[in-house]
Amino acid sequence: MSATEATVVTRPAPPEVVRVRVPPRSFRSELRAMKIVWQRELIRFKSDRMRIATALVQPLLFLFVLGSGLQQLSSASTHGVDLKTFIYPGILCIAVMFTAMFSAASIVWDREFGFLREMMVAPVRRSSIVIGKCLGGATVASFQGVILLALAGAVHVPYDPLLILGVFGLQLLLAFSITAFGVMVAARIKQMQSFMGVMQMIVMPMFFISGALFPVANLPGWLAVLNRIDPLTYAVDPMRRLVFNHLDISAAARKALDPGVTWWGWHVPALLEAGVVLALGLVMLAIAIWEFNASE
Amino acid sequence: MARTTAPEIATRSATAAIEVRDLKKSFGEIEAVRGVSFEVAAGEVFGFLGPNGAGKTTTINMLCTLAKPTGGSALVAGHDVVSERDDVRRHIGLVFQETTLDGYLTAEQNLRLHAELYGVESALVPARMRQVLEMVGLWERRGTPVLTFSGGMRRRLEIARGLMHSPRVLFLDEPTLGLDPQTRSSIWRYISELQQTEEITIFMTTHYMDEAELCDRIAIMDHGEIVVLDTPAALKARVGADRVRIQTDDDEAAIEALAEGFDLEGRVSEGAVTFFVTSGEEFVPRLFAELGLPIKSVSVSRPTLDDVFMSHTGTTIRDAEESSATHRSKVMMQVMTGGRR
Repeated sequence: MSATEATVVTRPAPPEVVRVRVPPRSFRSELRAMKIVWQRELIRFKSDRMRIATALVQPLLFLFVLGSGLQQLSSASTHGVDLKTFIYPGILCIAVMFTAMFSAASIVWDREFGFLREMMVAPVRRSSIVIGKCLGGATVASFQGVILLALAGAVHVPYDPLLILGVFGLQLLLAFSITAFGVMVAARIKQMQSFMGVMQMIVMPMFFISGALFPVANLPGWLAVLNRIDPLTYAVDPMRRLVFNHLDISAAARKALDPGVTWWGWHVPALLEAGVVLALGLVMLAIAIWEFNASE
Repeated sequence: MARTTAPEIATRSATAAIEVRDLKKSFGEIEAVRGVSFEVAAGEVFGFLGPNGAGKTTTINMLCTLAKPTGGSALVAGHDVVSERDDVRRHIGLVFQETTLDGYLTAEQNLRLHAELYGVESALVPARMRQVLEMVGLWERRGTPVLTFSGGMRRRLEIARGLMHSPRVLFLDEPTLGLDPQTRSSIWRYISELQQTEEITIFMTTHYMDEAELCDRIAIMDHGEIVVLDTPAALKARVGADRVRIQTDDDEAAIEALAEGFDLEGRVSEGAVTFFVTSGEEFVPRLFAELGLPIKSVSVSRPTLDDVFMSHTGTTIRDAEESSATHRSKVMMQVMTGGRR
C-alpha cells in the first residue's frame, strides 16, 4: 500500500484531457461487446493452468483406468478392439462437457464477485453478452478437447486431418450447447454450491446414459428410452461414427460396437444428430437471453 | 479545495444533469423511496446523505437504470431512465459500493474490457486509459492482476474505469466506505480535479458528514424522503444555534437544571450533555453562574452537518442507523426473497 501511495505523490501533472465519446448502440457495437466477452473467457482460461489440468483428470481416469481395467472382462465381446478405443469418442465428449460447465459456472462467480453487474449496466444488449459468453465457453472447451484429441495415438486412433476437423467441429457444437445450458441454469441459480450441485445432478446421469461407455443397441427397454431422450446421446453417437470410420476393424466389430442410434428401427443420420444438439443449444441460449433480459 | 459557487453553476448549466420528479420505489409493501424530487445542475458535486436504509442506494439504482421506478420520472443527461435506458447508460459512469472488477484480469485489461463494452473509439482508448490510470496513481500497476490489489487500490481503479468513457454524470455510491483516511482524501482530490478538468457532474451518496461538507449541495434523505436540500453552508446557517457540550458529574441533574433554569433541552450524546443555544460563547459565563452544578469542562462549536441532520431528523446519523436497522433488514429480506425481480 505504501509503495502505491508514493506513486500517487510523485505522479506528474495531468496532461490534456482526452475526451472520448460513446456512440449510440449499433450492430457493430454489439459485435464488439460480444467479442470482448468472448476474449475474456480466453484470457481467463489461458491464465488458469490449474483448471486446464484438473479438467483433464476425470476424462483420463475414465479412458485409461476404466478402459484398461475392464478390458479383461470385455475382450470377448469387443472383437479384438481395445476397449479404450471404444470409449474414446465418449471421452472426447465428456472432456468438453466438464470444461463447458465450468465456463458457465463463471457466470455465477461473476455475479458473486460483482463483475456481472459491470456487464449488465453496459449500453449493449444482454443478448450480446450471453452470446459472447456461450461462444467463449465453447471455444475454451474445444481447446480442452484438442488436448484429448492429441491422445488419439495412445488408443489406436489414427491422426487423420479430416477426423481431427470433424471431431473438433462436433466438440465445438457440444461445448456451445452445454455452455448455453449452464448459462440458462446460472440465470436462475445464484449460489455456487447449488449451481455445481444442480449441474452434477444433471450432467453425470446424462453422461452415463448417453452411451459414452456402452453400445446403444440391445439395451433393456427402460434404458433405451432414457438413452434416446438424453441429448448427449446425439453428440456421442456421431462422434463414435466419425472415429470408427477411420478405424481398420472387422465389420462384425463395427456392428457390435457402433450400432448407431435408431428411432423405432430407423437409423438416425449423423447430420440430424448434430442438428438435434445445435437446436437444443439454440433453444437454451434463447431461454438464457430471455432470463437475463427479464432480470433487472 | 476550489469550489464553484452557486451562481457559477447556474450559468454553466443550460440543462440540468439530473431531473427527478416524484420518484418512487416500493419492494412489495415496503416503500423504499417515497416520491423524491430534485434537480442537479451540470458540473455540480451533489451529495446524497442519510443513514443506511434511508433509500439512497435505491434512488441511485433507479437513476442508473438498474432498478425500475414504481412511480414518477427521472431524466439523466437529458434522457429518461426508463424509456431511453441505453442513452442514459452511455452517458453515465458508475462506481458501486461493492467491487465489480474482474480480479483475474489486470487493471489494464479491466479498463479495456470496459472501453469495448461501451464502444469507445479504439484509437482513443490507450490515451484515455493512461489519463485515468495516472489520475488515480495506478499507471505503474496497470499490468498487475486486480486480485493482488488492496481495497483502496480497487476503489481507485473502479473510479478510473467509471471515467473511461468520459461520462457526463459519474455516480458514486458510498465511494469512500470502509477505506483508510489516506485513500479517502485521495478520492476527494480526484473529485475536485475532475470538476476542474472534465465537464462532469458528480452524484454521490455518503454517510460521512465530513465528506458531505465537500459537496456543492446536499440532500438529506431519511425514511425514503428528502428531508432538506441545500448547500452545506446554508444548511448549517439554518440550524443557527451553536452546539455546547458540557461534562458534569451528574448528567441527569444537569439536564434537569438546564431545562428549569434556561428552558434548554439537553441530551447525552457521546458521553457529554449536549444542547443548542444561540451565541454559545456569550452563554457560557451565564451557564457557570446559574447552573448550580459543578462543570468539569465545556466546549462550544459551530453547527456541523451532524447538527443539521439532527435538527431535521431528531437523531444523530449513528442513532438513526441503529433504529433503521430493523426497517433495513425488512427491505433486505424483501430484496433477497425476490422482491427485486
